[in-house]
Amino acid sequence: MARRVVVTGLGVCAPNGVGLPAFTKAMDEGLSGIRFMPQLKALEFACQIAGQPQIPENRLPEYFTPLQLRDMNATGIVYGVLAGKDAWQDAGLSEGQADAPDWDSGIIFGTGTLGVDKFREAILKVDAKNVRRLGSTVVLQTMASGVSAYLGGMLGCGNQVTTNSSACTTGTEGILMAFERIASGQAERMLTGSCSDSGPYVWGGFDAMRILPRNYNDRPEAASRPMSASASGFVPGSGAGAMVLESLESATARGAHIYAEVLGGAVNSGGQRGGGSMTAPNSEAVQRCIQQAVAHAGIGPSDIDTVNGHLTATTKDALEIENWAKALGRSGKHFPLINSFKGAIGHCLAAAGSIECVASVLQFKENKVFGTMNAEDLHPDIEKMVDSNYIPQKTRAHRTEILAKASFGFGDVNACIIFKRY
Amino acid sequence: MSQEARYQKLKEIVSIYLPEDVSVNDITLKSYFLDELNINSANLVDIVLDVEDEFDILLENDDMDGMKTVEDALKIIDAKLTRS
Repeated sequence: MARRVVVTGLGVCAPNGVGLPAFTKAMDEGLSGIRFMPQLKALEFACQIAGQPQIPENRLPEYFTPLQLRDMNATGIVYGVLAGKDAWQDAGLSEGQADAPDWDSGIIFGTGTLGVDKFREAILKVDAKNVRRLGSTVVLQTMASGVSAYLGGMLGCGNQVTTNSSACTTGTEGILMAFERIASGQAERMLTGSCSDSGPYVWGGFDAMRILPRNYNDRPEAASRPMSASASGFVPGSGAGAMVLESLESATARGAHIYAEVLGGAVNSGGQRGGGSMTAPNSEAVQRCIQQAVAHAGIGPSDIDTVNGHLTATTKDALEIENWAKALGRSGKHFPLINSFKGAIGHCLAAAGSIECVASVLQFKENKVFGTMNAEDLHPDIEKMVDSNYIPQKTRAHRTEILAKASFGFGDVNACIIFKRY
Repeated sequence: MSQEARYQKLKEIVSIYLPEDVSVNDITLKSYFLDELNINSANLVDIVLDVEDEFDILLENDDMDGMKTVEDALKIIDAKLTRS
Protein backbone atom coordinates (compact mmCIF):
# COMPACT_ATOMS: atom_id res chain seq x y z
CA MET A 1 0.00 0.00 0.00
CA ALA A 2 1.54 3.29 -1.10
CA ARG A 3 1.83 5.92 1.59
CA ARG A 4 0.50 9.46 1.20
CA VAL A 5 3.12 12.14 0.57
CA VAL A 6 2.81 15.84 1.36
CA VAL A 7 4.81 19.02 0.82
CA THR A 8 5.95 20.53 4.12
CA GLY A 9 8.68 22.98 3.12
CA LEU A 10 9.50 25.32 0.25
CA GLY A 11 12.63 27.27 -0.68
CA VAL A 12 13.55 29.28 -3.73
CA CYS A 13 16.32 31.32 -5.24
CA ALA A 14 14.82 32.82 -8.39
CA PRO A 15 15.69 35.66 -10.76
CA ASN A 16 12.74 37.72 -9.46
CA GLY A 17 13.03 36.83 -5.79
CA VAL A 18 15.46 35.18 -3.38
CA GLY A 19 13.64 33.56 -0.47
CA LEU A 20 9.95 32.72 -0.21
CA PRO A 21 8.57 36.13 0.84
CA ALA A 22 10.31 38.04 -1.97
CA PHE A 23 9.46 35.39 -4.56
CA THR A 24 5.80 35.18 -3.49
CA LYS A 25 5.49 38.95 -3.77
CA ALA A 26 7.17 38.98 -7.19
CA MET A 27 4.94 36.23 -8.56
CA ASP A 28 1.84 37.84 -7.10
CA GLU A 29 2.59 41.29 -8.48
CA GLY A 30 4.11 40.18 -11.76
CA LEU A 31 7.65 41.45 -11.13
CA SER A 32 10.14 40.39 -13.77
CA GLY A 33 13.55 38.92 -13.03
CA ILE A 34 14.82 39.38 -16.58
CA ARG A 35 17.62 41.92 -16.83
CA PHE A 36 20.15 43.23 -19.32
CA MET A 37 23.53 41.51 -18.81
CA PRO A 38 26.53 43.72 -19.68
CA GLN A 39 28.77 40.63 -19.70
CA LEU A 40 26.70 39.05 -22.49
CA LYS A 41 26.92 42.25 -24.51
CA ALA A 42 30.68 42.41 -24.01
CA LEU A 43 30.90 38.84 -25.27
CA GLU A 44 28.78 39.76 -28.30
CA PHE A 45 25.88 37.45 -27.57
CA ALA A 46 22.83 37.99 -29.76
CA CYS A 47 20.63 37.62 -26.67
CA GLN A 48 22.05 39.91 -23.97
CA ILE A 49 19.35 39.41 -21.38
CA ALA A 50 18.85 36.69 -18.79
CA GLY A 51 17.39 35.81 -15.44
CA GLN A 52 19.81 35.58 -12.53
CA PRO A 53 19.01 35.59 -8.80
CA GLN A 54 20.18 38.79 -7.08
CA ILE A 55 21.76 37.59 -3.83
CA PRO A 56 23.01 40.18 -1.35
CA GLU A 57 26.61 39.28 -0.42
CA ASN A 58 25.83 39.52 3.28
CA ARG A 59 23.34 36.65 3.09
CA LEU A 60 25.87 34.03 2.04
CA PRO A 61 27.55 33.65 5.46
CA GLU A 62 24.15 32.58 6.82
CA TYR A 63 24.36 29.51 4.60
CA PHE A 64 28.07 28.75 4.16
CA THR A 65 31.18 28.65 6.38
CA PRO A 66 33.99 31.08 5.49
CA LEU A 67 35.97 28.09 4.18
CA GLN A 68 33.12 26.93 1.94
CA LEU A 69 32.74 30.45 0.55
CA ARG A 70 36.42 30.99 0.01
CA ASP A 71 36.93 29.38 -3.38
CA MET A 72 33.25 28.98 -4.23
CA ASN A 73 32.73 29.60 -7.93
CA ALA A 74 29.69 27.43 -8.67
CA THR A 75 26.57 29.55 -8.82
CA GLY A 76 24.34 26.47 -9.04
CA ILE A 77 25.60 25.24 -5.66
CA VAL A 78 25.02 28.66 -4.11
CA TYR A 79 21.45 28.78 -5.44
CA GLY A 80 20.78 25.17 -4.51
CA VAL A 81 22.07 25.56 -0.96
CA LEU A 82 20.05 28.74 -0.39
CA ALA A 83 16.84 27.14 -1.68
CA GLY A 84 17.52 23.78 -0.05
CA LYS A 85 18.36 25.07 3.42
CA ASP A 86 15.42 27.48 3.27
CA ALA A 87 13.04 24.62 2.40
CA TRP A 88 14.43 22.52 5.26
CA GLN A 89 13.99 25.36 7.72
CA ASP A 90 10.54 26.20 6.31
CA ALA A 91 9.55 22.60 7.05
CA GLY A 92 10.61 23.14 10.65
CA LEU A 93 13.45 20.62 10.40
CA SER A 94 16.81 21.07 12.13
CA GLU A 95 20.27 20.53 10.75
CA GLY A 96 20.58 17.29 12.67
CA GLN A 97 22.95 16.04 15.31
CA ALA A 98 26.67 16.62 15.17
CA ASP A 99 27.71 12.99 15.20
CA ALA A 100 24.89 10.95 13.67
CA PRO A 101 23.01 11.29 10.38
CA ASP A 102 19.22 11.29 10.10
CA TRP A 103 18.73 7.91 8.43
CA ASP A 104 15.16 8.70 7.39
CA SER A 105 15.94 11.90 5.49
CA GLY A 106 17.44 12.04 2.02
CA ILE A 107 18.09 14.40 -0.87
CA ILE A 108 17.39 14.28 -4.60
CA PHE A 109 18.70 17.55 -5.97
CA GLY A 110 19.13 17.76 -9.72
CA THR A 111 21.11 19.88 -12.10
CA GLY A 112 22.02 20.07 -15.77
CA THR A 113 25.66 21.00 -15.59
CA LEU A 114 27.21 22.25 -12.38
CA GLY A 115 30.03 24.57 -11.47
CA VAL A 116 30.71 25.75 -15.00
CA ASP A 117 32.69 28.82 -13.88
CA LYS A 118 34.75 26.65 -11.55
CA PHE A 119 35.37 24.23 -14.38
CA ARG A 120 36.55 27.06 -16.61
CA GLU A 121 38.91 28.22 -13.85
CA ALA A 122 40.30 24.68 -13.66
CA ILE A 123 40.60 24.27 -17.43
CA LEU A 124 42.63 27.46 -17.72
CA LYS A 125 45.03 26.25 -15.00
CA VAL A 126 45.32 22.76 -16.45
CA ASP A 127 46.06 24.14 -19.92
CA ALA A 128 48.72 26.37 -18.39
CA LYS A 129 50.38 23.21 -16.97
CA ASN A 130 49.40 24.28 -13.48
CA VAL A 131 47.31 21.34 -12.37
CA ARG A 132 49.00 21.33 -8.97
CA ARG A 133 47.44 24.73 -8.25
CA LEU A 134 43.83 23.60 -8.63
CA GLY A 135 43.12 23.31 -4.92
CA SER A 136 40.81 20.84 -3.26
CA THR A 137 37.37 22.07 -4.33
CA VAL A 138 37.36 21.69 -8.14
CA VAL A 139 35.96 18.17 -7.98
CA LEU A 140 33.36 19.01 -5.31
CA GLN A 141 32.08 22.03 -7.19
CA THR A 142 32.02 20.51 -10.67
CA MET A 143 30.70 17.03 -10.01
CA ALA A 144 27.01 16.97 -10.94
CA SER A 145 26.13 15.73 -7.45
CA GLY A 146 28.05 18.60 -5.85
CA VAL A 147 24.86 20.39 -4.89
CA SER A 148 23.36 17.37 -3.14
CA ALA A 149 26.73 16.62 -1.54
CA TYR A 150 26.99 20.12 -0.05
CA LEU A 151 23.39 19.98 1.19
CA GLY A 152 23.79 16.42 2.47
CA GLY A 153 26.62 17.45 4.77
CA MET A 154 24.95 20.64 5.93
CA LEU A 155 21.71 18.84 6.85
CA GLY A 156 23.21 15.53 7.95
CA CYS A 157 20.98 13.37 5.74
CA GLY A 158 21.56 9.62 6.01
CA ASN A 159 19.07 8.34 3.44
CA GLN A 160 19.64 8.40 -0.33
CA VAL A 161 21.58 11.52 -1.37
CA THR A 162 21.75 11.89 -5.14
CA THR A 163 21.39 14.11 -8.18
CA ASN A 164 19.12 13.54 -11.15
CA SER A 165 19.51 15.10 -14.57
CA SER A 166 17.02 15.23 -17.42
CA ALA A 167 17.53 18.67 -18.97
CA CYS A 168 14.60 21.01 -18.36
CA THR A 169 12.53 18.18 -16.87
CA THR A 170 15.04 17.73 -14.02
CA GLY A 171 13.24 19.57 -11.21
CA THR A 172 9.82 18.02 -11.79
CA GLU A 173 11.31 14.57 -12.28
CA GLY A 174 13.23 14.90 -9.01
CA ILE A 175 10.06 15.64 -7.05
CA LEU A 176 8.47 12.50 -8.49
CA MET A 177 11.54 10.44 -7.60
CA ALA A 178 11.40 11.74 -4.04
CA PHE A 179 7.66 11.06 -3.95
CA GLU A 180 8.22 7.44 -4.98
CA ARG A 181 10.89 6.93 -2.35
CA ILE A 182 8.61 8.11 0.43
CA ALA A 183 5.45 6.45 -0.94
CA SER A 184 7.25 3.11 -1.05
CA GLY A 185 8.42 3.46 2.54
CA GLN A 186 12.13 3.85 1.85
CA ALA A 187 12.35 7.33 3.37
CA GLU A 188 10.28 9.58 5.62
CA ARG A 189 11.50 12.92 4.30
CA MET A 190 13.22 13.95 1.09
CA LEU A 191 14.62 17.36 0.22
CA THR A 192 14.15 17.63 -3.52
CA GLY A 193 14.86 20.40 -5.96
CA SER A 194 17.14 21.44 -8.75
CA CYS A 195 19.55 24.19 -9.68
CA SER A 196 21.06 25.72 -12.76
CA ASP A 197 24.23 27.81 -13.03
CA SER A 198 24.22 31.35 -14.41
CA GLY A 199 26.52 32.80 -17.00
CA PRO A 200 27.74 32.91 -20.56
CA TYR A 201 29.22 29.41 -20.55
CA VAL A 202 25.83 27.91 -19.71
CA TRP A 203 23.74 30.16 -21.94
CA GLY A 204 26.13 30.42 -24.91
CA GLY A 205 25.11 27.10 -26.42
CA PHE A 206 21.48 28.19 -26.55
CA ASP A 207 22.45 31.52 -28.12
CA ALA A 208 24.37 29.57 -30.77
CA MET A 209 21.27 27.47 -31.48
CA ARG A 210 19.43 30.72 -32.28
CA ILE A 211 16.56 29.87 -29.98
CA LEU A 212 16.84 32.92 -27.70
CA PRO A 213 15.13 36.28 -28.39
CA ARG A 214 17.44 38.77 -30.12
CA ASN A 215 15.31 41.87 -30.28
CA TYR A 216 14.63 42.62 -26.65
CA ASN A 217 18.04 43.65 -25.35
CA ASP A 218 16.66 47.13 -24.65
CA ARG A 219 13.37 45.79 -23.19
CA PRO A 220 14.38 42.80 -21.05
CA GLU A 221 11.14 42.61 -19.04
CA ALA A 222 9.05 42.22 -22.20
CA ALA A 223 11.25 39.52 -23.74
CA SER A 224 9.82 36.32 -22.28
CA ARG A 225 6.38 35.99 -23.87
CA PRO A 226 4.76 32.61 -23.16
CA MET A 227 1.67 31.79 -25.24
CA SER A 228 2.03 35.10 -27.06
CA ALA A 229 1.73 35.65 -30.81
CA SER A 230 4.98 37.59 -30.63
CA ALA A 231 6.92 34.92 -28.68
CA SER A 232 10.38 34.79 -30.20
CA GLY A 233 12.33 32.36 -28.05
CA PHE A 234 12.96 31.58 -24.41
CA VAL A 235 14.97 33.87 -22.16
CA PRO A 236 17.71 31.94 -20.36
CA GLY A 237 17.43 31.87 -16.61
CA SER A 238 19.08 30.30 -13.58
CA GLY A 239 18.50 29.66 -9.91
CA ALA A 240 17.07 26.90 -7.76
CA GLY A 241 13.84 25.69 -6.26
CA ALA A 242 13.46 23.17 -3.43
CA MET A 243 10.77 21.44 -1.46
CA VAL A 244 10.58 19.03 1.41
CA LEU A 245 8.37 16.02 0.72
CA GLU A 246 7.33 13.98 3.69
CA SER A 247 5.16 11.02 4.53
CA LEU A 248 1.79 12.15 5.81
CA GLU A 249 2.43 10.19 9.03
CA SER A 250 5.70 11.98 9.68
CA ALA A 251 4.27 15.40 8.84
CA THR A 252 1.23 14.87 11.04
CA ALA A 253 3.29 13.50 13.92
CA ARG A 254 5.54 16.59 13.80
CA GLY A 255 2.59 18.93 13.45
CA ALA A 256 4.19 20.33 10.32
CA HIS A 257 2.45 22.83 8.07
CA ILE A 258 1.26 21.04 4.94
CA TYR A 259 1.25 23.07 1.73
CA ALA A 260 -0.30 20.40 -0.50
CA GLU A 261 -0.39 16.70 -1.17
CA VAL A 262 1.45 15.04 -4.04
CA LEU A 263 -1.07 12.67 -5.58
CA GLY A 264 1.28 11.20 -8.15
CA GLY A 265 2.64 11.75 -11.61
CA ALA A 266 4.45 10.24 -14.53
CA VAL A 267 7.67 10.52 -16.49
CA ASN A 268 8.32 9.22 -19.98
CA SER A 269 10.17 9.86 -23.21
CA GLY A 270 9.09 10.21 -26.81
CA GLY A 271 12.10 8.17 -27.84
CA GLN A 272 12.96 10.85 -30.40
CA ARG A 273 10.47 9.13 -32.69
CA GLY A 274 7.13 10.21 -34.15
CA GLY A 275 8.01 13.89 -34.51
CA GLY A 276 10.19 13.85 -31.43
CA SER A 277 13.90 14.70 -31.70
CA MET A 278 16.75 15.76 -29.45
CA THR A 279 15.10 19.19 -29.21
CA ALA A 280 11.44 18.67 -30.19
CA PRO A 281 8.76 16.71 -28.35
CA ASN A 282 6.90 13.69 -29.60
CA SER A 283 3.36 14.93 -28.97
CA GLU A 284 2.00 11.45 -28.36
CA ALA A 285 4.53 11.01 -25.56
CA VAL A 286 3.56 14.34 -23.99
CA GLN A 287 -0.12 13.39 -24.06
CA ARG A 288 0.57 9.94 -22.65
CA CYS A 289 2.66 11.44 -19.86
CA ILE A 290 -0.16 13.79 -18.84
CA GLN A 291 -2.75 11.00 -19.05
CA GLN A 292 -0.57 8.59 -17.07
CA ALA A 293 -0.06 11.24 -14.40
CA VAL A 294 -3.81 11.73 -14.12
CA ALA A 295 -4.39 7.98 -13.88
CA HIS A 296 -1.55 7.51 -11.39
CA ALA A 297 -3.00 10.26 -9.20
CA GLY A 298 -6.33 8.44 -9.15
CA ILE A 299 -8.27 11.40 -10.49
CA GLY A 300 -10.11 12.19 -13.71
CA PRO A 301 -9.02 14.80 -16.29
CA SER A 302 -11.98 17.01 -15.35
CA ASP A 303 -10.80 17.19 -11.72
CA ILE A 304 -7.88 19.42 -12.67
CA ASP A 305 -8.72 23.09 -12.21
CA THR A 306 -5.27 24.61 -12.63
CA VAL A 307 -2.37 23.81 -14.95
CA ASN A 308 1.15 25.19 -14.88
CA GLY A 309 2.65 24.52 -18.27
CA HIS A 310 6.20 24.20 -19.46
CA LEU A 311 5.38 26.97 -22.00
CA THR A 312 8.81 28.42 -22.70
CA ALA A 313 7.79 31.30 -25.02
CA THR A 314 8.74 29.70 -28.30
CA THR A 315 6.58 28.87 -31.31
CA LYS A 316 6.05 25.45 -29.72
CA ASP A 317 3.74 26.85 -27.03
CA ALA A 318 0.65 26.32 -29.19
CA LEU A 319 1.65 22.68 -29.69
CA GLU A 320 1.95 22.23 -25.92
CA ILE A 321 -1.55 23.69 -25.41
CA GLU A 322 -2.86 21.33 -28.08
CA ASN A 323 -1.26 18.42 -26.22
CA TRP A 324 -2.87 19.46 -22.93
CA ALA A 325 -6.24 19.86 -24.67
CA LYS A 326 -6.02 16.42 -26.28
CA ALA A 327 -4.65 14.69 -23.19
CA LEU A 328 -7.34 16.10 -20.91
CA GLY A 329 -10.10 16.11 -23.52
CA ARG A 330 -10.89 19.71 -22.60
CA SER A 331 -11.00 22.96 -24.55
CA GLY A 332 -12.60 26.40 -24.76
CA LYS A 333 -14.47 27.27 -21.58
CA HIS A 334 -13.90 23.77 -20.23
CA PHE A 335 -10.13 24.17 -20.13
CA PRO A 336 -8.52 24.54 -16.66
CA LEU A 337 -6.85 27.80 -15.70
CA ILE A 338 -3.38 27.71 -17.24
CA ASN A 339 -0.33 29.84 -16.64
CA SER A 340 3.39 29.98 -17.32
CA PHE A 341 5.87 31.51 -14.88
CA LYS A 342 8.54 31.89 -17.54
CA GLY A 343 7.23 35.35 -18.46
CA ALA A 344 8.59 36.53 -15.10
CA ILE A 345 11.65 34.34 -14.54
CA GLY A 346 12.63 33.14 -18.02
CA HIS A 347 13.49 29.53 -18.62
CA CYS A 348 15.63 28.46 -15.69
CA LEU A 349 16.64 25.26 -17.55
CA ALA A 350 17.41 22.47 -15.06
CA ALA A 351 15.99 24.67 -12.28
CA ALA A 352 12.78 25.45 -14.18
CA GLY A 353 10.76 22.49 -12.92
CA SER A 354 11.59 22.99 -9.26
CA ILE A 355 11.14 26.78 -9.19
CA GLU A 356 7.85 26.45 -11.05
CA CYS A 357 6.65 23.66 -8.75
CA VAL A 358 7.44 25.91 -5.77
CA ALA A 359 5.38 28.70 -7.35
CA SER A 360 2.60 26.25 -8.22
CA VAL A 361 2.39 25.00 -4.64
CA LEU A 362 2.49 28.58 -3.31
CA GLN A 363 -0.73 29.18 -5.22
CA PHE A 364 -2.54 26.79 -2.84
CA LYS A 365 -1.37 28.78 0.16
CA GLU A 366 -2.07 32.16 -1.38
CA ASN A 367 -5.45 31.11 -2.81
CA LYS A 368 -4.39 32.73 -6.05
CA VAL A 369 -3.36 31.79 -9.54
CA PHE A 370 -0.36 33.84 -10.59
CA GLY A 371 -0.62 35.73 -13.88
CA THR A 372 1.42 35.04 -16.99
CA MET A 373 3.50 38.06 -17.92
CA ASN A 374 3.70 39.29 -21.51
CA ALA A 375 0.87 37.12 -22.82
CA GLU A 376 -1.42 40.01 -23.66
CA ASP A 377 -1.27 39.19 -27.39
CA LEU A 378 -2.29 35.55 -27.13
CA HIS A 379 -1.28 33.35 -30.03
CA PRO A 380 -4.38 32.93 -32.25
CA ASP A 381 -3.92 29.15 -32.36
CA ILE A 382 -3.99 29.07 -28.55
CA GLU A 383 -7.10 31.26 -28.39
CA LYS A 384 -8.86 28.77 -30.64
CA MET A 385 -8.21 26.02 -28.08
CA VAL A 386 -8.55 27.86 -24.76
CA ASP A 387 -11.00 30.59 -23.80
CA SER A 388 -8.76 33.57 -23.07
CA ASN A 389 -10.45 34.03 -19.69
CA TYR A 390 -8.70 30.84 -18.60
CA ILE A 391 -5.26 32.32 -19.22
CA PRO A 392 -4.89 34.92 -16.44
CA GLN A 393 -2.67 37.82 -17.44
CA LYS A 394 -2.70 39.14 -13.90
CA THR A 395 -2.77 37.24 -10.63
CA ARG A 396 -6.31 36.21 -9.83
CA ALA A 397 -8.04 34.94 -6.70
CA HIS A 398 -8.73 31.25 -7.13
CA ARG A 399 -8.92 28.35 -4.76
CA THR A 400 -7.04 25.62 -6.60
CA GLU A 401 -8.08 22.12 -5.63
CA ILE A 402 -6.03 20.02 -8.05
CA LEU A 403 -3.09 21.31 -10.07
CA ALA A 404 -1.15 19.62 -12.86
CA LYS A 405 2.39 20.77 -13.61
CA ALA A 406 4.45 19.50 -16.53
CA SER A 407 8.03 19.97 -17.64
CA PHE A 408 9.62 18.85 -20.90
CA GLY A 409 13.28 18.65 -21.83
CA PHE A 410 15.87 18.14 -24.52
CA GLY A 411 16.26 14.46 -25.27
CA ASP A 412 12.46 14.26 -25.71
CA VAL A 413 11.78 13.66 -22.01
CA ASN A 414 8.61 14.55 -20.10
CA ALA A 415 7.37 14.76 -16.53
CA CYS A 416 3.95 15.62 -15.16
CA ILE A 417 3.03 15.89 -11.47
CA ILE A 418 -0.33 16.30 -9.73
CA PHE A 419 -0.68 18.35 -6.54
CA LYS A 420 -3.86 18.46 -4.47
CA ARG A 421 -5.03 20.83 -1.78
CA TYR A 422 -4.64 19.29 1.67
CA MET B 1 60.61 38.09 8.22
CA SER B 2 61.40 36.77 11.69
CA GLN B 3 60.72 33.20 12.75
CA GLU B 4 57.92 34.46 15.00
CA ALA B 5 56.36 36.47 12.17
CA ARG B 6 56.38 33.39 9.95
CA TYR B 7 54.73 31.36 12.68
CA GLN B 8 52.00 33.98 13.04
CA LYS B 9 51.48 34.05 9.26
CA LEU B 10 51.17 30.28 9.19
CA LYS B 11 48.63 30.34 12.02
CA GLU B 12 46.59 32.86 10.06
CA ILE B 13 46.66 30.62 7.00
CA VAL B 14 45.67 27.54 8.96
CA SER B 15 42.89 29.20 10.94
CA ILE B 16 40.26 29.16 8.15
CA TYR B 17 40.68 25.39 7.78
CA LEU B 18 40.03 24.64 11.45
CA PRO B 19 36.77 22.87 12.26
CA GLU B 20 34.30 24.79 14.41
CA ASP B 21 35.39 23.11 17.65
CA VAL B 22 39.08 23.95 17.26
CA SER B 23 40.27 27.49 17.95
CA VAL B 24 43.30 29.28 16.56
CA ASN B 25 44.63 29.37 20.15
CA ASP B 26 44.84 25.58 20.09
CA ILE B 27 47.61 25.77 17.48
CA THR B 28 51.09 25.05 18.86
CA LEU B 29 54.38 24.22 17.15
CA LYS B 30 53.83 20.56 17.97
CA SER B 31 50.25 20.37 16.62
CA TYR B 32 49.55 17.70 14.04
CA PHE B 33 47.41 19.16 11.22
CA LEU B 34 45.21 16.09 10.78
CA ASP B 35 45.07 14.30 14.11
CA GLU B 36 45.14 17.21 16.54
CA LEU B 37 43.78 20.20 14.66
CA ASN B 38 41.27 17.91 12.90
CA ILE B 39 41.84 19.57 9.55
CA ASN B 40 40.23 17.73 6.64
CA SER B 41 43.05 16.00 4.76
CA ALA B 42 41.72 17.37 1.46
CA ASN B 43 42.43 20.87 2.78
CA LEU B 44 46.15 20.16 3.29
CA VAL B 45 46.68 20.84 -0.42
CA ASP B 46 44.95 24.20 0.02
CA ILE B 47 47.19 25.06 2.97
CA VAL B 48 50.20 24.26 0.80
CA LEU B 49 48.92 26.58 -1.96
CA ASP B 50 48.28 29.35 0.57
CA VAL B 51 51.80 28.91 2.00
CA GLU B 52 53.27 29.12 -1.50
CA ASP B 53 51.40 32.34 -2.18
CA GLU B 54 52.17 33.93 1.19
CA PHE B 55 55.91 33.16 1.21
CA ASP B 56 56.43 33.15 -2.56
CA ILE B 57 58.00 29.70 -2.55
CA LEU B 58 57.34 26.44 -4.38
CA LEU B 59 56.71 23.26 -2.40
CA GLU B 60 57.49 19.86 -3.93
CA ASN B 61 55.52 16.67 -3.37
CA ASP B 62 58.19 15.45 -0.93
CA ASP B 63 57.85 18.64 1.09
CA MET B 64 54.11 18.09 1.36
CA ASP B 65 54.57 14.51 2.51
CA GLY B 66 56.84 15.70 5.32
CA MET B 67 54.43 18.34 6.56
CA LYS B 68 52.77 16.57 9.48
CA THR B 69 53.01 19.27 12.17
CA VAL B 70 53.07 23.04 12.29
CA GLU B 71 56.77 22.87 13.12
CA ASP B 72 57.43 20.67 10.05
CA ALA B 73 55.77 23.29 7.90
CA LEU B 74 57.83 26.11 9.42
CA LYS B 75 61.06 24.18 8.91
CA ILE B 76 60.25 23.59 5.26
CA ILE B 77 59.36 27.25 4.78
CA ASP B 78 62.63 28.30 6.49
CA ALA B 79 64.63 25.97 4.29
CA LYS B 80 63.01 27.25 1.10
CA LEU B 81 63.49 30.88 2.10
CA THR B 82 67.16 30.50 2.99
CA ARG B 83 67.87 28.61 -0.22
CA SER B 84 66.33 31.28 -2.42
